[in-house]
Amino acid sequence: MIEIRNVSKFFGAFQVLKDCNASIARGEVVVICGPSGSGKSTFIKTVNGLETIDSGEIVVGNFRLAPGVTNLATLRRTVGMVFQNFELFPHLTVLSNVTIAQTKVLRRPKAEAEEKARALLARVGLSAHLSKHPAQLSGGQQQRVAIARALALDPDVMLFDEPTSALDPEMVNEVLDVMTSLAKQGMTMVCVTHEMGFARGVANRVFFMDGGEIVETADAATFFDDPKSERAKAFLAKILKH
Amino acid sequence: MRVDLAALVSAWPFLMKGLWFTLEITLVGVAGGVIFGSLLAVARLSQNRVLSGFATAYVNLMRSIPLILVIFWVFFLVPWAIGWLTNHGRPVAVGASLTIFTTFVLFEAAYYAEIVRAGFRSISPGQYSACEALGLSKFHAYIYILFPQAIRNVLPILLTQTIILFQDTSLVYVISATDLLGAATKIAQRDGRLVEMYLTVGVIYFVFCYAASQFVKQLQGRLSYGARP
Amino acid sequence: MSLLFETTPDGAGRYFDWIIDGLAWTLCLALGAWAIALVVGTLVGVIRTLPGGILPRIGRVYVEVFRNIPLLVQMFFWYFVLPELLPARIGMAIKQMDPPWASFVPALICLGLFTAARIAEQVRAGLQALPRGQAQAANALGFDASAMYRLILLPQAFRIILPTLTNEIMTIFKNTSVALTIGLVELTATAREINENTFRTFEAFGVVTIIYLVIALIAWQVMHRIEQAARLPGAASGKA
Repeated sequence: MIEIRNVSKFFGAFQVLKDCNASIARGEVVVICGPSGSGKSTFIKTVNGLETIDSGEIVVGNFRLAPGVTNLATLRRTVGMVFQNFELFPHLTVLSNVTIAQTKVLRRPKAEAEEKARALLARVGLSAHLSKHPAQLSGGQQQRVAIARALALDPDVMLFDEPTSALDPEMVNEVLDVMTSLAKQGMTMVCVTHEMGFARGVANRVFFMDGGEIVETADAATFFDDPKSERAKAFLAKILKH
Repeated sequence: MRVDLAALVSAWPFLMKGLWFTLEITLVGVAGGVIFGSLLAVARLSQNRVLSGFATAYVNLMRSIPLILVIFWVFFLVPWAIGWLTNHGRPVAVGASLTIFTTFVLFEAAYYAEIVRAGFRSISPGQYSACEALGLSKFHAYIYILFPQAIRNVLPILLTQTIILFQDTSLVYVISATDLLGAATKIAQRDGRLVEMYLTVGVIYFVFCYAASQFVKQLQGRLSYGARP
Repeated sequence: MSLLFETTPDGAGRYFDWIIDGLAWTLCLALGAWAIALVVGTLVGVIRTLPGGILPRIGRVYVEVFRNIPLLVQMFFWYFVLPELLPARIGMAIKQMDPPWASFVPALICLGLFTAARIAEQVRAGLQALPRGQAQAANALGFDASAMYRLILLPQAFRIILPTLTNEIMTIFKNTSVALTIGLVELTATAREINENTFRTFEAFGVVTIIYLVIALIAWQVMHRIEQAARLPGAASGKA
């Protein structure tokens, strides 16, 4: 589904991604973890073109992304993204947030878009809040709307950039539950997250990133018990102390 | 001090005509100024160096010189410009209203441009990313997502600038136009009733501006997005 | 720009001299009014933050009146209306002032008080932005009100509002042009006169436009230096 070959990226003189290679199959759930500054966020944003790459190529389905490729409209329809700060559109209602991309990007008729929006919002448990504005919802509710908004375009891949990091602890689970059910339905997912429980229980593989490189890839089950690289061991030791 | 109320009563209709013109200028100035100003603000954000350079230069120029000077520029130069454009060879007489409307749109746009630009800066950068991630075209993103938020965030400042515009219209006095102040001056000169006319006009401006600024204060209180307590 | 060096119709000099005179009036009016505005504006801003009594209300009335009436209307008031309202002898004395001063003095008072109202609001905002604890600490140390404002609160408030004050000083230079309506031959009036004498519109207004741009640039630079000099070591800057 997704092929990442020899991808590098520079911010000025600083190399933020160093020759990354990865392959993600359809229906796979991959978790990316690592210390802050390791380039995880930048890496995941290259997959939908929010960050450009300086060398290498990324293939998502039939779409080839390389330095200089500019028409990303089709790519953005295949890949959905959920942000750490939700980034719902504050001046639109919950329902409008989920319909606007359908009507403006996919040119779906309004009625069809609304029907789909209602279905998705029901799926994430928010049917009662359709005419509210984002500021009236809790963080967990807003993030669930954001997931519905991304799903409304029927993507083949969903990217999650630290989806629960900005949430109060008691709301983390409601979002993880939605992500888990999405995984069970066979969605291809790439998640940057610190939620180890989710990684262990739901992910197929874990990519450990450090200093711009994908240092280690392993099955989710074995990674946490038996990391192979020194850096991964050091990282896990730090975070599992809590 | 003698205040002659009868003179005031007979002058009232003429004053109201002047007030009407003042309101017309204000309306055209706001509408044209906000539209042109928004275009300037977007131009400043553009990647195109020529476009953003021009917009920045225009805004900085207009904000550094007095409005009276701009009024004179437009008043003296527009007839020449039109004459040149239409190959007349001589200046073409242009109505005072058109000159005035043009001046205020061009001038106030620079101020609205700065306000709208501040509005864009107040939007979280993630909003731009979210629009991109959803595949919204730049045009759609600006019209449906970014612009509404920018305007909403700076609405009180926009309205305050409009109150300033309303006061600035009085400067058309320098080309003898008949706005509210111009009307009062003409009556004052004809009938010798300076004190009554200028005091009245002062009161009228005060009432309008005070009411408007109180409204803006109220609006500021109510402009949150209905956030949870 | 050869225009500048041609001789004026009255043979007394060149147009360049007219421009210098106009510029001189503009600068004197702007700087004089700025001085008045700072003093009066700070005072009014301070009294608006006082706990109770009649003073804050007087401050409020002052600000509302001077902010809600156009500058030009205020100029006409000081020049045309005030002499009529005052007792006959004082009114006559004012009307008999010699021409440049007859225009300059009302313009100075008018522009000074007008700008003072705007500065008052900025000073008030600056004072209200300070943490309450500052005033409390000053009180606890035994400062009286005047010392507290002078030594503790105002120095901090002014640092906060320096950017808006920069805006204000640039505005005051532009507002001096309004005085041409009551006969002061400042810079813009000079441009108009040169135009009327020579019909070289572009040059006349062009030179004056450039002078205003230069003034704006210099004013901005000066305020920028002041801002940098006044910055407290270790204090968070506005743009992180």
